[in-house]
Amino acid sequence: MELAAIFISAVLVQNFVLYYFFGICPFLGVSKKIDSALSMGLAVTFVMTITAVVSWLINNFILIPYGLDYLQIVSFILVIASLVQLVEMFIRKISPPLYQALGIYLPLITTNCAIMGLALIAALNEYNFIETVIFGFGSGIGFTLAIVLMAGIREQLDLADVPIPLKGAGIALIVAGIMALAFNGFLGMIQ
Amino acid sequence: MATKSIKTEYLKGLWKENPVFRQLLGLCPTLAVTGTVITGIAMGLATTFVLIFSSLVVASIKKLIPAQVRIATYIVIIASFVTIADQFLKAFFYPISEALGPYVPLIVVNCIILGRQEAFSSRNSVGRSLIDALGMSTGFILALLALSTFREILGAGTFLGYQVMGSWFKPWLIMILPAGAFITLGILLGTALVIERKTKRS
Repeated sequence: MELAAIFISAVLVQNFVLYYFFGICPFLGVSKKIDSALSMGLAVTFVMTITAVVSWLINNFILIPYGLDYLQIVSFILVIASLVQLVEMFIRKISPPLYQALGIYLPLITTNCAIMGLALIAALNEYNFIETVIFGFGSGIGFTLAIVLMAGIREQLDLADVPIPLKGAGIALIVAGIMALAFNGFLGMIQ
Repeated sequence: MATKSIKTEYLKGLWKENPVFRQLLGLCPTLAVTGTVITGIAMGLATTFVLIFSSLVVASIKKLIPAQVRIATYIVIIASFVTIADQFLKAFFYPISEALGPYVPLIVVNCIILGRQEAFSSRNSVGRSLIDALGMSTGFILALLALSTFREILGAGTFLGYQVMGSWFKPWLIMILPAGAFITLGILLGTALVIERKTKRS
């Protein structure tokens, strides 16, 4: 039950994009087409789950035992940067079709604050190993959900008559606001 | 680049190349910490500190950094200064550090900072990089201030904690929720574009 609560909370209630404001750049930048939004979401979910595992291991087996908590920021960002590179090389070797689909989005993920935010929040909440994995996977699914929904709305928005100054980022942010309001309705699910 | 005067170098960050309104950079912290003016300002100052010192260091050692690993080098430099800022806030301003939560460590992935290193400090002198960093930070603080002023006054009826609205005023709860952040920023972006077009025409 506890694990289910963490998962649902990460996907719906404390959605990474609409509650924590992580990953706004890809959320606005890659949400013009549903296809590319879905690829981006899956790439992020993939990296997030792995990051959750690796950052948990580093935090609990290296940083905390040796009293090096203050190195958290530096070590997490380095781990994420090298991990993304590694994942990219790995996918290219193992599954070229997947690489074709995710290719251009992978390098972008390094600077996605959702990944760093995930490592930090998991450390802050002192999740155990299983909880961290569920939290990482759930957060990725939450990100995918938000970005795909957003892309669906934006495809329709292309046909709408939007005031010129609000075209592009302006209307996208307002739509995101309305979505955040809708997701706010899930707040009652988890206490 | 070298022909630009110091003044235009500084002023471009305020409006023409404002990191938030014009370049759409650093939106995550902009949205997240602007529920109240005080957290907005604290975030602005912490980012200013990191941006200025990272720019100074990068501009000073730019010749020593091999091109292939420059991004990693910038990130380590930035992360060191973020750690300093984080530890400093925890030691001397604990309530603010609590209120900002994970967003102080997240300055490390703020694209404004990395963007300025890549686009400016790595190819300009130390002095110019300092001016550029100052300008960009001022622009960032202005954006945070604009957003948090609207959100705090409408969402709580206060400014910097002082009551500014009369007792008739019923706070708009939505403004302090995440939804209010998105909508306010969207409207401000639109407004900035309208002002930009008006000034260009005249």
